[in-house]
Amino acid sequence: MVDVAFQPNGVVAARATRKRSSLRTALKRKSTAAFLMTLPLILLIGILVIYPAFYSLHLATLNKSMQHFVGIGNFQFLFNRETFWLVVEQSCIFAISAVIFKALIGFIVAHFVHNIPAKGQRKWRGMLLVPWVIPPAMSTLAWLWLFDPSYSAFNYTLSFFGLGPISWLGDPNWARFSVILVNIWYGAPFFMIMYLASLKSVPEQLYEAAAIDGANWWQRIWYVTLPMMRNIIAITTLFSLIVTFANFDITRILTAGGPLDHTHLFATWAFKVGIEGSDLPLGASVSLFMVPILAIAAVFILRDINKRGNEAS
Amino acid sequence: MTSMVIDKGAPTRAVKYRSVSRDRTWALRWSYFFLVLFAIFSLVPPFYMLITSLKGSTEISAATNPWWVFHPTLENYVKLLTSNQFLIFFRNSALVSILVVTITMLISVPAAFALARMRFWGSATLATGVFLTYLIPDSLLFLPLFKMFAVFDNFTGIQLINRWYALVIVYPTLTVPFCTWIMIGYFASIPKELDEAAVIDGASWFQTLTRIFIPVALPGLIAATIFAFTVSWAQFLYPLVFTTSTDQLVLPVGIITTLIKGDVYNWGQIMTGALLGAAPPLIIYAFLMDYYIAGLTAGATKG
Repeated sequence: MVDVAFQPNGVVAARATRKRSSLRTALKRKSTAAFLMTLPLILLIGILVIYPAFYSLHLATLNKSMQHFVGIGNFQFLFNRETFWLVVEQSCIFAISAVIFKALIGFIVAHFVHNIPAKGQRKWRGMLLVPWVIPPAMSTLAWLWLFDPSYSAFNYTLSFFGLGPISWLGDPNWARFSVILVNIWYGAPFFMIMYLASLKSVPEQLYEAAAIDGANWWQRIWYVTLPMMRNIIAITTLFSLIVTFANFDITRILTAGGPLDHTHLFATWAFKVGIEGSDLPLGASVSLFMVPILAIAAVFILRDINKRGNEAS
Repeated sequence: MTSMVIDKGAPTRAVKYRSVSRDRTWALRWSYFFLVLFAIFSLVPPFYMLITSLKGSTEISAATNPWWVFHPTLENYVKLLTSNQFLIFFRNSALVSILVVTITMLISVPAAFALARMRFWGSATLATGVFLTYLIPDSLLFLPLFKMFAVFDNFTGIQLINRWYALVIVYPTLTVPFCTWIMIGYFASIPKELDEAAVIDGASWFQTLTRIFIPVALPGLIAATIFAFTVSWAQFLYPLVFTTSTDQLVLPVGIITTLIKGDVYNWGQIMTGALLGAAPPLIIYAFLMDYYIAGLTAGATKG
């Protein structure tokens, strides 16, 4: 029915005897048009995303001058290097702790914003989202200046409390802490805004029913809010895990991987090896280690999308 | 009121009400307290940027209170805004972002329309695939892309490395998947009757898109545009990899590579540059906050 209605004017005017064949051409035309409309998208993704992704697999099997095939030689080389295991360790510490704190802070702040009268919410939301809006490269520069060892605003403030100057970016443990702190500062607003949107969609009656049953605020969160937000929490956390795992800007600007390679992530180390050390194949093999976590996250996200699709239909 | 209706239960009830309202006010006070705390945490770095940008170089190296500016001066702004180099960075950034936004919209709007309305072979798979490509990070692709551009240069003689327009080619990989995904959501929420009516009136596919879908889904379109602009303005890894000479750099990389000379940090100018670089997204955000947030949340709530 719809397809008949979609025929162009000229075809509609045609005789009834030709209707079937014209219907077929219209159908054909519709899918052709649709295909042509998606063609730029397919080409873009195919040439600049899918192909490079597989090309890096090929790159990872070459030697430094990219002349010879070395198989898994690059990976063997990586496994024998201490720095590589440092990178693995730091990437896991960085991604997991940053995501947990981002999610926690986002959840708490979203609750507070949701608590206050609706009139003032916009203003607070606006202020709290500023870290997300500033380009991370720019805001990290501000943090770098805040962490500065000699004229640092943080150490100046701490000196009033009698706390000694902290070498924020010079000491390996403090450097790890600083990098994570900046990442939390940058990413928490995203969680806040997502949770706030989903808090607003929890029906008020559920809270009223819980209150009548005598639930305290903790029980209300545990038995009403969290189950209702489970989906959004899962999907935001997965998203953030991917982005945080692949993070580059913050670490690159704050520490460039130092001190003694203690803050390198896969991305920054791949950059250092691949571009600065001009060993593209080795860099490609480093960045390929991000694939497993991506694949796991993708599977979960895909499952979620399919589930929702089924619910909708 | 209650005490008048039911005599017996009156005292306890009244007490209960009062305690509830007292709980409320305390909850409210705590909420404000923590919100102020978090707002300070969020706003310290931008505030510090502003403070430092207004300081002269002597005040920065003096041991005065770093949180306040005693002799405000605009010399950093004057110096940056009259320096040719900085203006070139700004121009490059603006040029790249505007071109990328245009390309993104030209690719993703028709594609989203086709994927949302015209079912064809593999369209559902393609929609999911588009979303998955959004998950592939730039830090996985920059090395193979670098090599691909070098090979391309060898074969065709067209130089892409160390040219700002290489960024115009690369950035859409970051913006198009997400924008397409947002637009699919917006287009799918438009009632089918609307475009059927248009088709019955004799509109072609192209006309339904331009006369019905784009106007109706305008909020989504604005959100997607803002998203594409912010992403291309803020991108740091690709320009760091693909451009090196100073006349080809975009703002984030330009500030970092030219204002930091070895171990000498010219903090006044760095903070001024960072603030000026952060200004366009902040201004857009200040005026179009709702669209900005819509763009942010739409993708994930729909997926």
